[in-house]
Amino acid sequence: MNKIWPSLEEAIADIKDGAMIAIPGFFACGVPRALLQELIKKGTKNLTLACGCGPLLGAADELKALTLNGQIKKVIDSYGLFRSASKGMQDPFEQAVRAGKIELEVFPMGTMAEKYRAGGAGIPAFYTPTGVGSVVEESIVTNIEANRKPKETRMINGQKYILEYALKPDYAFIHAHTGDKEGNLRYAKTAKNFNHVMATAARITIAEVENLVEAGELDGDCVHTPGVYVHRMVKVPRPKFAITID
Amino acid sequence: MSPKVKFEGLPREMIALRVSREIKEGSYVNLGIGIPTLVSNWIEGIDVCLQSEIGMLKTGPLADGDNVDQDLINASCQAVTALPGSAYFDISESFGMIRGGHIDVAVMGALQVNVSGDYAGWSNPSRGLFVGNIGGSMDLCAGARKLFIAMEHITKDGDYKIVKELSYPATAVGKVNMLFTDLAVIEITPKGMVLKEVVAGLTPKDIQSVTEPKLIIDPKCKEMEL
Repeated sequence: MNKIWPSLEEAIADIKDGAMIAIPGFFACGVPRALLQELIKKGTKNLTLACGCGPLLGAADELKALTLNGQIKKVIDSYGLFRSASKGMQDPFEQAVRAGKIELEVFPMGTMAEKYRAGGAGIPAFYTPTGVGSVVEESIVTNIEANRKPKETRMINGQKYILEYALKPDYAFIHAHTGDKEGNLRYAKTAKNFNHVMATAARITIAEVENLVEAGELDGDCVHTPGVYVHRMVKVPRPKFAITID
Repeated sequence: MSPKVKFEGLPREMIALRVSREIKEGSYVNLGIGIPTLVSNWIEGIDVCLQSEIGMLKTGPLADGDNVDQDLINASCQAVTALPGSAYFDISESFGMIRGGHIDVAVMGALQVNVSGDYAGWSNPSRGLFVGNIGGSMDLCAGARKLFIAMEHITKDGDYKIVKELSYPATAVGKVNMLFTDLAVIEITPKGMVLKEVVAGLTPKDIQSVTEPKLIIDPKCKEMEL
């Protein structure tokens, strides 16, 4: 099955206003930056960006452009704000969150990971001990007060657990080290992070790959994400990241 | 609430050194941002495996120069190195091993700790936002077998950080086992906070004067050895 698309532009052409897109990456590591830049060019609006651990802080230039273009409706993340409060005050994204123009919905990181894992594996919801006793137990944690829906809890074997729901984004943008023509992907070191679970959870998974190889050149024992989860692939140059966040 | 006095305490590196002494050979350990990260400087030569929630076991020392690899960072977004026997895995595997009780010790920073072992760290209300950066902290509290807090004993403004009741949003309730500060080592037990060690030059009475809840002085309370 050939899943190679000729350009990023064509690979994202069908994304419509209002879509939810999963953005992997752990701060600056493993972020699909070329796809984000293409999304900025395309100008799609009203987007929900479903993240895991601050990929948009790692891709700060792209976050700024998406914010200033008015493309973002909502971000879901465990770590969506700049660490430094004073830097945050200067940041257009945080300003938009403070003004209620962009919604920021927050979950613990392990809950984010499990939301995608469950979404990709046909599990609609799950009970987790994470967050018991905190505001995470009481309601959805969001800057938009009207959206703070209460959460359900349940005692199991004498311990309290929170019910959290699976997340199934419309698209996932993936950054992989290597992909073969069957769509099998392999990630580099800690750049794997949220890439695999997000690829499994989305309806349409679009991968930017640094190396594109023939079927058979990527050893089946070394595949991290099997091709069934990957719908479109585009070869991109190896990006350059600054390994810092503020 | 503020204590009336302020004492010269240990530098952050020395708090980290004291924490490292409490980590046993053969432990799987996760270090949070801040003072906890510095613990990694003191465990060379001990057979301890650092887990990084980004998806790595046996996280090596910080990388510099030609060793920097943009595909290899720790959970504090610092370039790191691998060691012989390092392993990488995806994020759901990483948090599965955290929630599943496979990590022996988590060391975290904190804004406040109370007498019941509750702690606050993910959101500082002075920022004026209901939302904040939770990251992996709540998962580590839920799943690690032991939770150590490493922090300054009082705030820069001189307010209590060891309090009767949290005034900041909780990260976890009833999970803190040990508290390491620039002034003291305190164990949190069902009976309350037990003062185990005091930094050289200070007395248990001094520590009580900068600690809001009433401390139980361990009969074997001693000077902190570094």
